[in-house]
Amino acid sequence: MAAVKFEQAMARLEAIVGELEKGDLPLDESLKIFEEGIRLSKNCLRVLEEAERKVEVLVQDTNGKRELRAFTTDEEPGSSSSF
Amino acid sequence: MGFSDVWIEGELSNLRAPGSGHVYCTLKDDVSQIRGVIFRATAMRLRFALADGLHVVARGRVTVYEPRGEYQIVVDYIEPKGVGALQLAYEQLKQRLATEGLFQLDRKRCLPFFPRTVGIITSLTGAAVQDMITVLHRRCPVLRIIVAPVLVQGQEAAGQIANAVRALNELGEVDVIIVGRGGGSSEDLWSFNQEAVVRAIAASTIPIVSAVGHETDVTLADFVADVRAPTPSAAAEAVVPVLLDVLSRLEQLSLRTQQAMNWRCENERQRLDLSLARLTRFRFKLLEEAQRVDAVVLQMTHAIHEGVKDSLETVNRIKHELMTRNPQPCIRHGLGVVPQLLSRLQGVMQHHLHRRRERAGACMTTLNHLSPLSTLSRGYSIIESLSTQQVIREASQVSTGQEVLARLTKGRLRCTVQEILSDPSG
Repeated sequence: MAAVKFEQAMARLEAIVGELEKGDLPLDESLKIFEEGIRLSKNCLRVLEEAERKVEVLVQDTNGKRELRAFTTDEEPGSSSSF
Repeated sequence: MGFSDVWIEGELSNLRAPGSGHVYCTLKDDVSQIRGVIFRATAMRLRFALADGLHVVARGRVTVYEPRGEYQIVVDYIEPKGVGALQLAYEQLKQRLATEGLFQLDRKRCLPFFPRTVGIITSLTGAAVQDMITVLHRRCPVLRIIVAPVLVQGQEAAGQIANAVRALNELGEVDVIIVGRGGGSSEDLWSFNQEAVVRAIAASTIPIVSAVGHETDVTLADFVADVRAPTPSAAAEAVVPVLLDVLSRLEQLSLRTQQAMNWRCENERQRLDLSLARLTRFRFKLLEEAQRVDAVVLQMTHAIHEGVKDSLETVNRIKHELMTRNPQPCIRHGLGVVPQLLSRLQGVMQHHLHRRRERAGACMTTLNHLSPLSTLSRGYSIIESLSTQQVIREASQVSTGQEVLARLTKGRLRCTVQEILSDPSG
Protein backbone atom coordinates (compact mmCIF):
# COMPACT_ATOMS: atom_id res chain seq x y z
CA MET A 1 0.00 0.00 0.00
CA ALA A 2 1.12 3.53 -0.77
CA ALA A 3 0.92 4.54 2.89
CA VAL A 4 3.40 1.87 3.88
CA LYS A 5 5.75 2.91 1.10
CA PHE A 6 5.55 6.53 2.15
CA GLU A 7 6.34 5.62 5.70
CA GLN A 8 9.26 3.44 4.66
CA ALA A 9 10.54 6.22 2.44
CA MET A 10 10.38 8.70 5.32
CA ALA A 11 12.13 6.27 7.64
CA ARG A 12 14.83 5.59 5.05
CA LEU A 13 15.22 9.31 4.46
CA GLU A 14 15.69 9.85 8.17
CA ALA A 15 18.28 7.07 8.32
CA ILE A 16 20.11 8.61 5.37
CA VAL A 17 20.20 12.03 6.99
CA GLY A 18 21.55 10.41 10.15
CA GLU A 19 24.25 8.62 8.19
CA LEU A 20 25.23 11.72 6.26
CA GLU A 21 25.37 13.85 9.38
CA LYS A 22 27.56 11.28 11.11
CA GLY A 23 29.90 11.47 8.15
CA ASP A 24 31.43 8.03 8.75
CA LEU A 25 30.75 6.61 5.33
CA PRO A 26 33.23 6.76 2.48
CA LEU A 27 32.53 9.62 0.09
CA ASP A 28 31.28 7.55 -2.82
CA GLU A 29 28.90 5.72 -0.50
CA SER A 30 27.74 9.06 0.92
CA LEU A 31 27.11 10.34 -2.57
CA LYS A 32 25.11 7.25 -3.37
CA ILE A 33 22.83 7.57 -0.34
CA PHE A 34 22.66 11.33 -0.85
CA GLU A 35 21.20 10.76 -4.29
CA GLU A 36 18.85 8.20 -2.81
CA GLY A 37 17.82 10.72 -0.15
CA ILE A 38 17.10 13.43 -2.69
CA ARG A 39 15.11 10.99 -4.78
CA LEU A 40 13.15 9.84 -1.70
CA SER A 41 12.33 13.35 -0.54
CA LYS A 42 11.13 14.26 -4.03
CA ASN A 43 9.02 11.13 -4.17
CA CYS A 44 7.53 11.80 -0.75
CA LEU A 45 6.76 15.37 -1.68
CA ARG A 46 5.12 14.21 -4.88
CA VAL A 47 3.00 11.75 -2.91
CA LEU A 48 1.84 14.62 -0.70
CA GLU A 49 1.19 16.89 -3.64
CA GLU A 50 -0.65 14.27 -5.61
CA ALA A 51 -2.93 13.33 -2.72
CA GLU A 52 -6.44 14.57 -3.34
CA ARG A 53 -9.09 15.84 -1.05
CA LYS A 54 -12.12 13.70 -1.60
CA VAL A 55 -14.87 12.08 0.42
CA GLU A 56 -16.67 9.11 -1.03
CA VAL A 57 -19.26 6.64 0.15
CA LEU A 58 -19.00 2.94 -0.56
CA VAL A 59 -22.47 1.70 -1.31
CA GLN A 60 -23.80 -1.71 -2.11
CA ASP A 61 -27.01 -2.24 -4.03
CA THR A 62 -29.46 -5.04 -3.47
CA ASN A 63 -27.55 -7.29 -5.87
CA GLY A 64 -24.45 -6.91 -3.72
CA LYS A 65 -22.77 -4.71 -6.34
CA ARG A 66 -20.59 -2.08 -4.71
CA GLU A 67 -19.71 1.36 -5.98
CA LEU A 68 -18.09 4.55 -4.77
CA ARG A 69 -20.27 7.64 -4.78
CA ALA A 70 -19.44 11.19 -3.80
CA PHE A 71 -20.33 12.04 -0.23
CA THR A 72 -22.70 14.92 0.37
CA THR A 73 -23.65 16.35 3.69
CA ASP A 74 -27.32 15.89 2.93
CA GLU A 75 -26.76 12.17 2.45
CA GLU A 76 -30.04 10.40 2.82
CA PRO A 77 -29.87 8.31 5.96
CA GLY A 78 -30.69 4.72 5.26
CA SER A 79 -30.46 5.09 1.50
CA SER A 80 -26.91 3.87 1.37
CA SER A 81 -26.56 2.01 4.61
CA SER A 82 -26.82 -1.17 2.75
CA PHE A 83 -24.16 -3.28 4.46
CA MET B 1 -53.96 -23.90 34.76
CA GLY B 2 -52.76 -21.34 37.25
CA PHE B 3 -49.07 -21.96 36.50
CA SER B 4 -48.74 -20.30 33.12
CA ASP B 5 -46.48 -17.49 34.35
CA VAL B 6 -44.05 -18.76 36.95
CA TRP B 7 -40.78 -17.16 38.00
CA ILE B 8 -38.17 -19.55 39.22
CA GLU B 9 -34.65 -19.12 40.49
CA GLY B 10 -32.02 -21.84 40.66
CA GLU B 11 -28.87 -23.44 39.38
CA LEU B 12 -28.69 -24.96 35.93
CA SER B 13 -27.57 -28.58 35.83
CA ASN B 14 -27.77 -31.62 33.62
CA LEU B 15 -27.82 -29.34 30.59
CA ARG B 16 -28.41 -31.12 27.26
CA ALA B 17 -28.69 -29.59 23.78
CA PRO B 18 -29.48 -32.17 21.08
CA GLY B 19 -29.55 -31.37 17.36
CA SER B 20 -33.14 -30.26 17.48
CA GLY B 21 -31.99 -26.94 19.00
CA HIS B 22 -34.21 -27.42 22.05
CA VAL B 23 -32.35 -27.28 25.33
CA TYR B 24 -33.14 -29.49 28.31
CA CYS B 25 -31.96 -28.94 31.83
CA THR B 26 -32.67 -29.29 35.51
CA LEU B 27 -33.20 -26.24 37.71
CA LYS B 28 -32.40 -26.86 41.31
CA ASP B 29 -31.62 -25.32 44.66
CA ASP B 30 -30.50 -26.91 47.92
CA VAL B 31 -33.72 -28.78 48.60
CA SER B 32 -35.67 -29.12 45.36
CA GLN B 33 -35.45 -29.48 41.59
CA ILE B 34 -37.60 -29.35 38.48
CA ARG B 35 -36.91 -30.25 34.88
CA GLY B 36 -36.79 -27.38 32.41
CA VAL B 37 -37.09 -27.13 28.68
CA ILE B 38 -36.10 -24.21 26.50
CA PHE B 39 -37.51 -24.58 23.01
CA ARG B 40 -35.42 -23.64 19.99
CA ALA B 41 -37.05 -20.28 19.32
CA THR B 42 -36.29 -19.12 22.84
CA ALA B 43 -32.84 -20.69 22.96
CA MET B 44 -31.76 -18.92 19.75
CA ARG B 45 -32.64 -15.53 21.14
CA LEU B 46 -30.42 -15.98 24.18
CA ARG B 47 -27.49 -13.58 24.25
CA PHE B 48 -25.42 -15.63 26.66
CA ALA B 49 -24.43 -19.26 26.74
CA LEU B 50 -26.16 -21.58 29.14
CA ALA B 51 -23.85 -23.61 31.29
CA ASP B 52 -24.08 -26.12 34.11
CA GLY B 53 -23.72 -24.43 37.48
CA LEU B 54 -24.98 -21.09 36.16
CA HIS B 55 -27.34 -19.34 38.58
CA VAL B 56 -30.38 -18.15 36.66
CA VAL B 57 -33.75 -16.56 36.97
CA ALA B 58 -36.30 -17.99 34.54
CA ARG B 59 -39.88 -17.37 33.66
CA GLY B 60 -42.19 -19.94 32.10
CA ARG B 61 -45.20 -22.10 32.47
CA VAL B 62 -45.41 -25.37 34.27
CA THR B 63 -46.57 -28.31 32.16
CA VAL B 64 -46.61 -32.06 32.59
CA TYR B 65 -44.43 -34.23 30.43
CA GLU B 66 -46.91 -36.99 30.02
CA PRO B 67 -44.65 -39.92 28.98
CA ARG B 68 -42.95 -39.70 32.35
CA GLY B 69 -45.70 -38.04 34.27
CA GLU B 70 -43.33 -35.33 35.42
CA TYR B 71 -43.81 -31.63 35.92
CA GLN B 72 -41.55 -29.45 33.91
CA ILE B 73 -41.20 -25.77 33.29
CA VAL B 74 -41.18 -24.50 29.71
CA VAL B 75 -38.89 -21.49 29.90
CA ASP B 76 -39.69 -18.45 27.78
CA TYR B 77 -37.28 -16.05 29.42
CA ILE B 78 -34.07 -16.74 31.23
CA GLU B 79 -31.30 -14.51 32.51
CA PRO B 80 -28.27 -14.95 34.67
CA LYS B 81 -28.82 -14.02 38.27
CA GLY B 82 -26.76 -11.12 39.54
CA VAL B 83 -25.30 -9.86 36.26
CA GLY B 84 -27.43 -9.04 33.26
CA ALA B 85 -27.60 -11.42 30.34
CA LEU B 86 -25.72 -8.98 28.14
CA GLN B 87 -22.95 -8.68 30.65
CA LEU B 88 -22.60 -12.42 30.98
CA ALA B 89 -22.62 -12.94 27.23
CA TYR B 90 -19.99 -10.27 26.92
CA GLU B 91 -17.79 -11.95 29.52
CA GLN B 92 -18.28 -15.36 27.98
CA LEU B 93 -17.46 -14.22 24.44
CA LYS B 94 -14.53 -12.18 25.66
CA GLN B 95 -13.16 -15.21 27.46
CA ARG B 96 -13.58 -17.42 24.42
CA LEU B 97 -11.99 -15.00 21.98
CA ALA B 98 -9.17 -14.28 24.40
CA THR B 99 -8.49 -18.00 24.63
CA GLU B 100 -8.28 -18.08 20.84
CA GLY B 101 -5.64 -15.37 21.05
CA LEU B 102 -7.61 -12.71 19.17
CA PHE B 103 -6.74 -9.98 21.65
CA GLN B 104 -3.05 -10.69 21.84
CA LEU B 105 -0.80 -7.70 21.46
CA ASP B 106 1.48 -9.40 18.94
CA ARG B 107 -1.43 -9.59 16.49
CA LYS B 108 -1.73 -5.82 16.42
CA ARG B 109 -0.50 -4.05 13.32
CA CYS B 110 1.11 -0.63 13.27
CA LEU B 111 -0.88 2.19 11.76
CA PRO B 112 0.63 3.66 8.60
CA PHE B 113 2.38 6.92 9.26
CA PHE B 114 0.83 8.79 6.40
CA PRO B 115 -2.26 7.14 4.91
CA ARG B 116 -3.50 8.62 1.68
CA THR B 117 -6.92 7.03 1.95
CA VAL B 118 -8.83 6.46 5.17
CA GLY B 119 -11.85 4.19 5.43
CA ILE B 120 -14.59 4.98 7.94
CA ILE B 121 -17.18 2.43 8.99
CA THR B 122 -19.97 4.19 10.81
CA SER B 123 -23.44 5.54 10.45
CA LEU B 124 -24.09 8.39 8.06
CA THR B 125 -26.50 9.83 10.57
CA GLY B 126 -25.15 11.26 13.75
CA ALA B 127 -22.31 13.63 14.45
CA ALA B 128 -19.54 11.01 14.53
CA VAL B 129 -19.02 10.79 10.78
CA GLN B 130 -18.94 14.57 10.34
CA ASP B 131 -16.60 14.95 13.29
CA MET B 132 -14.20 12.43 11.85
CA ILE B 133 -14.23 13.94 8.36
CA THR B 134 -13.71 17.41 9.81
CA VAL B 135 -10.78 16.35 11.98
CA LEU B 136 -9.20 14.27 9.22
CA HIS B 137 -9.37 17.11 6.70
CA ARG B 138 -8.27 19.71 9.20
CA ARG B 139 -5.12 17.73 9.91
CA CYS B 140 -4.60 16.59 6.40
CA PRO B 141 -6.40 18.68 3.78
CA VAL B 142 -5.37 16.36 0.94
CA LEU B 143 -6.91 13.15 2.14
CA ARG B 144 -9.20 10.74 0.44
CA ILE B 145 -11.90 9.38 2.71
CA ILE B 146 -14.16 6.46 1.92
CA VAL B 147 -17.15 6.04 4.20
CA ALA B 148 -18.76 2.63 4.40
CA PRO B 149 -22.17 3.45 5.86
CA VAL B 150 -23.64 0.96 8.34
CA LEU B 151 -26.23 0.81 11.02
CA VAL B 152 -24.44 1.05 14.35
CA GLN B 153 -27.19 -0.29 16.54
CA GLY B 154 -29.97 -2.77 16.30
CA GLN B 155 -30.17 -6.34 15.10
CA GLU B 156 -28.56 -5.80 11.71
CA ALA B 157 -25.75 -3.60 12.88
CA ALA B 158 -23.17 -6.29 13.68
CA GLY B 159 -23.60 -8.01 10.34
CA GLN B 160 -23.37 -4.74 8.46
CA ILE B 161 -20.26 -3.64 10.32
CA ALA B 162 -18.56 -6.99 9.67
CA ASN B 163 -19.53 -6.80 5.98
CA ALA B 164 -18.22 -3.28 5.70
CA VAL B 165 -14.84 -4.35 7.14
CA ARG B 166 -14.64 -7.06 4.52
CA ALA B 167 -15.82 -4.75 1.74
CA LEU B 168 -13.14 -2.15 2.48
CA ASN B 169 -10.49 -4.91 2.57
CA GLU B 170 -11.72 -6.15 -0.81
CA LEU B 171 -11.74 -2.63 -2.24
CA GLY B 172 -8.02 -2.48 -1.47
CA GLU B 173 -7.81 1.28 -1.68
CA VAL B 174 -7.75 2.34 1.93
CA ASP B 175 -4.63 2.40 4.10
CA VAL B 176 -6.36 2.39 7.45
CA ILE B 177 -9.92 1.90 8.72
CA ILE B 178 -11.81 3.58 11.55
CA VAL B 179 -14.70 1.56 12.93
CA GLY B 180 -16.91 3.41 15.36
CA ARG B 181 -19.85 5.41 16.44
CA GLY B 182 -20.72 8.15 18.86
CA GLY B 183 -21.77 7.63 22.45
CA GLY B 184 -24.89 5.80 23.56
CA SER B 185 -26.20 3.36 26.13
CA SER B 186 -24.40 0.05 26.57
CA GLU B 187 -27.21 -1.58 24.56
CA ASP B 188 -26.63 0.95 21.79
CA LEU B 189 -22.97 -0.07 21.66
CA TRP B 190 -23.81 -3.74 21.83
CA SER B 191 -23.13 -4.48 18.16
CA PHE B 192 -19.47 -3.76 18.76
CA ASN B 193 -19.36 -6.61 21.26
CA GLN B 194 -20.62 -9.15 18.80
CA GLU B 195 -18.55 -12.01 17.55
CA ALA B 196 -19.10 -11.26 13.86
CA VAL B 197 -17.67 -7.77 14.30
CA VAL B 198 -14.74 -8.96 16.43
CA ARG B 199 -13.84 -11.68 13.94
CA ALA B 200 -14.15 -9.37 10.92
CA ILE B 201 -11.82 -6.87 12.57
CA ALA B 202 -9.37 -9.64 13.49
CA ALA B 203 -9.39 -10.91 9.89
CA SER B 204 -8.80 -7.48 8.33
CA THR B 205 -5.47 -7.07 6.57
CA ILE B 206 -5.85 -3.32 6.82
CA PRO B 207 -5.02 -1.83 10.23
CA ILE B 208 -8.15 -0.85 12.15
CA VAL B 209 -8.76 1.82 14.76
CA SER B 210 -11.80 1.35 16.95
CA ALA B 211 -13.69 4.35 18.25
CA VAL B 212 -16.85 3.32 20.03
CA GLY B 213 -18.78 5.74 22.18
CA HIS B 214 -16.94 7.68 24.82
CA GLU B 215 -13.72 7.22 26.70
CA THR B 216 -15.36 5.00 29.35
CA ASP B 217 -17.03 2.63 26.91
CA VAL B 218 -14.95 -0.43 26.13
CA THR B 219 -16.21 -3.00 23.66
CA LEU B 220 -14.73 -6.22 22.30
CA ALA B 221 -14.12 -4.35 19.05
CA ASP B 222 -11.76 -2.16 21.07
CA PHE B 223 -9.89 -5.22 22.31
CA VAL B 224 -9.38 -6.70 18.88
CA ALA B 225 -8.66 -3.46 16.99
CA ASP B 226 -5.05 -2.54 16.31
CA VAL B 227 -5.52 0.76 18.09
CA ARG B 228 -8.34 1.81 20.41
CA ALA B 229 -9.30 5.45 20.25
CA PRO B 230 -11.44 6.83 23.07
CA THR B 231 -13.71 8.75 20.66
CA PRO B 232 -14.28 9.04 16.88
CA SER B 233 -12.51 12.43 16.83
CA ALA B 234 -9.54 10.93 18.64
CA ALA B 235 -9.49 8.12 16.10
CA ALA B 236 -9.32 10.67 13.30
CA GLU B 237 -6.40 12.33 15.02
CA ALA B 238 -4.68 9.01 15.50
CA VAL B 239 -4.81 7.89 11.89
CA VAL B 240 -3.41 10.90 10.06
CA PRO B 241 -0.53 13.20 10.90
CA VAL B 242 -0.83 16.94 10.47
CA LEU B 243 0.12 17.48 6.84
CA LEU B 244 2.01 20.67 7.60
CA ASP B 245 4.08 18.76 10.15
CA VAL B 246 4.87 16.10 7.60
CA LEU B 247 5.74 18.71 5.01
CA SER B 248 8.00 20.58 7.36
CA ARG B 249 9.61 17.33 8.49
CA LEU B 250 10.17 16.40 4.89
CA GLU B 251 11.56 19.83 4.16
CA GLN B 252 13.82 19.57 7.20
CA LEU B 253 15.07 16.17 6.14
CA SER B 254 15.67 17.38 2.61
CA LEU B 255 17.52 20.42 3.91
CA ARG B 256 19.59 18.37 6.30
CA THR B 257 20.45 15.95 3.53
CA GLN B 258 21.73 18.82 1.39
CA GLN B 259 23.55 20.48 4.27
CA ALA B 260 25.19 17.27 5.38
CA MET B 261 26.30 16.59 1.83
CA ASN B 262 27.53 20.15 1.29
CA TRP B 263 29.42 20.02 4.53
CA ARG B 264 30.87 16.67 3.61
CA CYS B 265 31.89 17.87 0.15
CA GLU B 266 33.47 21.01 1.59
CA ASN B 267 35.28 18.85 4.09
CA GLU B 268 36.52 16.49 1.42
CA ARG B 269 37.60 19.42 -0.75
CA GLN B 270 39.64 20.82 2.10
CA ARG B 271 41.18 17.46 2.70
CA LEU B 272 41.98 17.19 -0.97
CA ASP B 273 43.56 20.65 -1.02
CA LEU B 274 45.61 19.74 2.00
CA SER B 275 46.72 16.50 0.47
CA LEU B 276 47.55 18.26 -2.77
CA ALA B 277 49.68 20.82 -0.96
CA ARG B 278 51.49 18.09 0.89
CA LEU B 279 51.96 16.22 -2.33
CA THR B 280 53.44 19.29 -4.00
CA ARG B 281 55.81 19.79 -1.11
CA PHE B 282 56.74 16.18 -1.23
CA ARG B 283 57.31 16.35 -4.98
CA PHE B 284 59.62 19.30 -4.54
CA LYS B 285 61.56 17.40 -1.91
CA LEU B 286 61.70 14.46 -4.22
CA LEU B 287 63.13 16.61 -6.99
CA GLU B 288 65.70 17.95 -4.61
CA GLU B 289 66.67 14.48 -3.61
CA ALA B 290 66.83 13.44 -7.23
CA GLN B 291 69.18 16.31 -7.93
CA ARG B 292 71.36 15.31 -5.05
CA VAL B 293 71.37 11.75 -6.22
CA ASP B 294 72.33 12.90 -9.70
CA ALA B 295 75.23 14.88 -8.29
CA VAL B 296 76.45 11.94 -6.26
CA VAL B 297 76.09 9.65 -9.24
CA LEU B 298 78.09 12.02 -11.43
CA GLN B 299 80.74 12.31 -8.77
CA MET B 300 80.83 8.60 -8.37
CA THR B 301 81.02 7.98 -12.11
CA HIS B 302 83.87 10.43 -12.39
CA ALA B 303 85.70 8.84 -9.47
CA ILE B 304 85.22 5.40 -10.92
CA HIS B 305 86.45 6.55 -14.33
CA GLU B 306 89.52 8.10 -12.75
CA GLY B 307 90.12 5.00 -10.69
CA VAL B 308 89.78 2.80 -13.71
CA LYS B 309 92.10 5.01 -15.71
CA ASP B 310 94.72 4.93 -12.97
CA SER B 311 94.42 1.23 -12.64
CA LEU B 312 94.69 0.76 -16.36
CA GLU B 313 97.85 2.80 -16.42
CA THR B 314 99.36 0.80 -13.60
CA VAL B 315 98.37 -2.39 -15.27
CA ASN B 316 99.92 -1.29 -18.55
CA ARG B 317 103.09 -0.24 -16.86
CA ILE B 318 103.42 -3.47 -14.99
CA LYS B 319 102.55 -5.37 -18.11
CA HIS B 320 105.26 -3.58 -19.99
CA GLU B 321 107.69 -4.21 -17.19
CA LEU B 322 106.71 -7.79 -17.10
CA MET B 323 107.18 -8.05 -20.84
CA THR B 324 110.68 -6.67 -20.52
CA ARG B 325 111.45 -9.17 -17.82
CA ASN B 326 110.01 -12.08 -19.57
CA PRO B 327 112.16 -15.07 -18.54
CA GLN B 328 111.08 -17.09 -21.52
CA PRO B 329 114.00 -16.12 -23.83
CA CYS B 330 116.41 -16.81 -20.97
CA ILE B 331 114.77 -20.11 -20.35
CA ARG B 332 114.76 -20.90 -24.02
CA HIS B 333 118.44 -19.94 -24.22
CA GLY B 334 119.18 -21.88 -21.05
CA LEU B 335 117.41 -24.89 -22.37
CA GLY B 336 119.83 -24.90 -25.31
CA VAL B 337 122.98 -24.09 -23.35
CA VAL B 338 122.52 -26.17 -20.25
CA PRO B 339 122.84 -29.58 -21.92
CA GLN B 340 125.96 -28.38 -23.74
CA LEU B 341 127.42 -27.10 -20.54
CA LEU B 342 126.40 -30.28 -18.81
CA SER B 343 128.15 -32.46 -21.35
CA ARG B 344 131.16 -30.18 -21.26
CA LEU B 345 131.08 -30.31 -17.51
CA GLN B 346 130.92 -34.04 -17.57
CA GLY B 347 133.83 -34.22 -20.03
CA VAL B 348 135.99 -31.87 -18.00
CA MET B 349 135.00 -33.62 -14.83
CA GLN B 350 135.97 -37.01 -16.17
CA HIS B 351 139.21 -35.68 -17.45
CA HIS B 352 139.93 -34.14 -14.09
CA LEU B 353 138.89 -37.23 -12.25
CA HIS B 354 141.08 -39.32 -14.45
CA ARG B 355 144.04 -37.13 -13.90
CA ARG B 356 143.42 -36.97 -10.19
CA ARG B 357 142.98 -40.68 -9.96
CA GLU B 358 146.28 -41.16 -11.77
CA ARG B 359 147.99 -38.67 -9.58
CA ALA B 360 146.45 -40.23 -6.53
CA GLY B 361 147.72 -43.64 -7.68
CA ALA B 362 151.24 -42.25 -8.13
CA CYS B 363 151.07 -40.57 -4.79
CA MET B 364 149.85 -43.75 -3.23
CA THR B 365 152.85 -45.55 -4.62
CA THR B 366 155.25 -42.87 -3.46
CA LEU B 367 153.46 -42.77 -0.17
CA ASN B 368 153.79 -46.47 0.22
CA HIS B 369 157.49 -46.08 -0.46
CA LEU B 370 157.78 -43.38 2.13
CA SER B 371 155.50 -44.87 4.73
CA PRO B 372 157.02 -45.47 8.06
CA LEU B 373 154.75 -48.42 8.15
CA SER B 374 156.96 -50.21 5.65
CA THR B 375 159.98 -49.37 7.75
CA LEU B 376 158.11 -50.62 10.74
CA SER B 377 157.33 -53.83 8.92
CA ARG B 378 161.04 -54.38 8.61
CA GLY B 379 161.27 -54.45 12.37
CA TYR B 380 161.80 -50.85 13.25
CA SER B 381 159.74 -49.04 15.80
CA ILE B 382 159.05 -45.40 16.46
CA ILE B 383 159.29 -44.08 19.97
CA GLU B 384 157.37 -41.05 20.93
CA SER B 385 156.87 -39.23 24.13
CA LEU B 386 153.69 -40.20 25.76
CA SER B 387 153.11 -36.77 27.06
CA THR B 388 154.21 -34.67 24.07
CA GLN B 389 153.78 -37.28 21.36
CA GLN B 390 157.02 -36.06 19.90
CA VAL B 391 159.08 -38.59 18.10
CA ILE B 392 162.13 -39.34 20.06
CA ARG B 393 165.24 -39.37 17.95
CA GLU B 394 167.90 -39.07 20.57
CA ALA B 395 168.19 -40.75 23.90
CA SER B 396 168.92 -37.44 25.42
CA GLN B 397 165.44 -36.44 24.68
CA VAL B 398 164.14 -38.62 27.44
CA SER B 399 164.91 -39.14 31.04
CA THR B 400 164.88 -42.22 33.18
CA GLY B 401 161.44 -43.29 34.33
CA GLN B 402 159.73 -41.40 31.55
CA GLU B 403 156.95 -43.17 29.78
CA VAL B 404 157.18 -43.53 26.03
CA LEU B 405 155.04 -45.10 23.36
CA ALA B 406 156.54 -47.52 20.90
CA ARG B 407 154.78 -47.98 17.63
CA LEU B 408 155.28 -51.37 15.98
CA THR B 409 154.01 -52.69 12.71
CA LYS B 410 151.14 -54.18 14.55
CA GLY B 411 150.17 -52.60 17.89
CA ARG B 412 151.90 -50.20 20.28
CA LEU B 413 153.80 -50.56 23.48
CA ARG B 414 153.85 -48.37 26.50
CA CYS B 415 157.35 -48.38 27.87
CA THR B 416 159.24 -46.90 30.75
CA VAL B 417 162.81 -45.78 30.21
CA GLN B 418 165.00 -47.86 32.44
CA GLU B 419 168.33 -46.43 31.61
CA ILE B 420 169.85 -44.12 29.07
CA LEU B 421 172.80 -45.58 27.27
CA SER B 422 175.37 -43.57 25.46
CA ASP B 423 175.86 -44.22 21.81
CA PRO B 424 178.82 -46.44 21.33
CA SER B 425 179.70 -44.53 18.26
CA GLY B 426 179.20 -41.21 19.81
